[in-house]
Amino acid sequence: MRVPAIAALALLAAGPPVRAAVNVMTATEDLADLTRQVGGDRVKVESIARGYQDPHFVEAKPSFILKLAKADLLVVVGRELEIGWLPPLIQQSRNAKVQVGADGYLDASLTVKILEIPTGQITRAMGDVHPLGNPHYWLDPDNGRRIAKAIADKLARMAPADAPYFASRYADFDRRLGEAEKRWDALMAPYKGLKIVTYHRSWPNFADRFGLDVIGYVEPRPGIPPSPGHTIELIAEMKRQNVKILLVEPYFDLKTPQSIGRETGAKVLVMPPSVGGEKEITDYIQLFDYDLGLLVAAIKETGAK
Amino acid sequence: MRRWTRVVTAFVLAGSGLVVVPPRSSCAAQSPPAATPAAGEEAAQLRHELEALRQEYGARMAAIESRIAALEAGRSAEAAPAPAAPAPTAAPAPLTTAAVPPGAATEGGPSSLPVYGGGAAASKVFNPDMAVIGDFIGAVGKTPGGGEPSLEMHESELSFQAVVDPYARADFFVTVGPDQVGLEEGYITFPTLPGGFLMKVGKMRDAFGKVDAQHNHVLPYIDRPLVSKNLLGGEDALADAGISVARLIPNPWLFLEATGQVYRGESEVFKAPTRGDLAYVGHLRAYQDLTESTNLDLGGSIAYGHNGVTADTTTRLLGIDATLRWRPLRRSIYTHLVARGEVAWSRREEPAGPLSAVGGYGYLEYQFGRRWFAGVRYDNSERADVPGLRDTGGSLILTYWPSEFSQVRGQYRHTYFGEGHKADEFLFQFIYAIGAHGAHPF
Repeated sequence: MRVPAIAALALLAAGPPVRAAVNVMTATEDLADLTRQVGGDRVKVESIARGYQDPHFVEAKPSFILKLAKADLLVVVGRELEIGWLPPLIQQSRNAKVQVGADGYLDASLTVKILEIPTGQITRAMGDVHPLGNPHYWLDPDNGRRIAKAIADKLARMAPADAPYFASRYADFDRRLGEAEKRWDALMAPYKGLKIVTYHRSWPNFADRFGLDVIGYVEPRPGIPPSPGHTIELIAEMKRQNVKILLVEPYFDLKTPQSIGRETGAKVLVMPPSVGGEKEITDYIQLFDYDLGLLVAAIKETGAK
Repeated sequence: MRRWTRVVTAFVLAGSGLVVVPPRSSCAAQSPPAATPAAGEEAAQLRHELEALRQEYGARMAAIESRIAALEAGRSAEAAPAPAAPAPTAAPAPLTTAAVPPGAATEGGPSSLPVYGGGAAASKVFNPDMAVIGDFIGAVGKTPGGGEPSLEMHESELSFQAVVDPYARADFFVTVGPDQVGLEEGYITFPTLPGGFLMKVGKMRDAFGKVDAQHNHVLPYIDRPLVSKNLLGGEDALADAGISVARLIPNPWLFLEATGQVYRGESEVFKAPTRGDLAYVGHLRAYQDLTESTNLDLGGSIAYGHNGVTADTTTRLLGIDATLRWRPLRRSIYTHLVARGEVAWSRREEPAGPLSAVGGYGYLEYQFGRRWFAGVRYDNSERADVPGLRDTGGSLILTYWPSEFSQVRGQYRHTYFGEGHKADEFLFQFIYAIGAHGAHPF
């Protein structure tokens, strides 16, 4: 009686192979969700920045050091988006796995399509320009797919036993994203060439993908707050080109956008560029559902072209 | 330099030899079947062979050139042996091929990337990140002496920072003052030692309290608090040559970091009479997030070393600091609040007996616009070497940021010196940074 019980216990203990989940930290919630999509329950994921926070200005709080210290993998947006806060966190994490260039450091920007890579002389007279190209590249679903693929491949190398699991999760995500893309493309098809204005240069990949034409920015230069002169010029240009949509990231002040809206009759849309930017945006696909839904409703309301 | 040139020349010669030799040997292998009857036919044959050779040569050159380009691209893509990630198969849309500045190289790229940049970029890729920060201070108003000059290029800080190898990084900060050049800091950091230690070796600012470790340009005010000037060595504080080791203390509740530093004992406060009289600094930091926007940062510090008055007199410093920060994440670039207090005790041995002094400051800062910051500071400090004298003061500070890379600051300062003098001064400051983008201080 006792022997079979022990054997049963031993079988139970040995039964399903218990593997430690890969502990992943990501710079942003978009990367966290893409990691979750391909990593499923074999990963434990947390993001440093929140989706409603300006990702350029995250504070390097020591509590993040503790989290990075335990991470197996760190996924970053790259293109110098995190240059103001991530390097000291990585260094103080004392974690060899996630140091720049180590196996547990994944720059998600290396396999995606990057826009606005400056050519020629660049200076800070252009504002807080990103010399390696625009880092808001995750706002093209095709780049989301590339990021997911890079993360799945990285996870497969880190936990080879789970490689088939990550591959199948990726295939599933790829399929769902493909279906969603068809839906989004159909939704946006009537509005190709729609002229919009955005607060910061957060949307070039989004605009490129969905056929929007960004004709101006509320910021006179990237990272430089609005100036009266620039705002007056922008209002004139929006009137001339009959622009009826103005996108503002949730972490920017609405005062100037709203006065531009009043002058031009444009609709000011607070549009989250990241997962978690609004409570209901809990994953990467929902991010586009939400943003495109918001955009189309505004187009219908204003009759924008 | 001369030797280098010679080595490079030899290398180039060897390289060109490699290129030239193979065609000649293949030529030798092909020319023997010269059993041709007519000279004209032979000439035609030769011409034909020559043409074939030229084509072969051209093809080889092209192959070699493309290999060189690939090697250079590989070098600029990544120095560390990053695992080659398979190219994204799901969506093979053409990737951009515009040139990327050399900084891209530090990101750790897979070798399957399209070729960015060229040979020119590769030569600079290992240069350290460089920046220059200018700090200009002006002062008006009456003071009994010892105040800032009317106009002064107070400091220009040159920084050079880079990764040394897979195990270390190095940081150098050279400060050029109005009449001297000095090494403010220059140290190597080993961030991934076994046991969770973070070690720094070199000349460093000390970890005593909060204000000691801060460079001038990251201070939220123009001058240092009175306690810093009176008890902690002022601008240079306890900065010295030494070794620093810091470790996180694991616990389930909060961030706890212990730092231990050993210095030579030659700073503004310490003077080591002999080689064995080292100075020691210890710091314990506790940090906890109260909410996602509010956090509390507490510290306790101790420093000990010889003060050089006689062969065996020492100075002991004790300090505590507390910082409460509030920054709502949704409006993080527009508003924040920082409240900080620091108190330090000094016990300085002199032949006549030990002198004790205590001092501290309280500081409150509020950001009320994207570019505007207001601060108020209260100072109160005895002097380390003059018993019974207490200076007090108060400051109002207003800071304007045209951008992340420059700031203009004004400070009204009222000081009541222990001797009975009063000073009412207005200070102003321009700080501006060029070069690499440094991390924001926290």
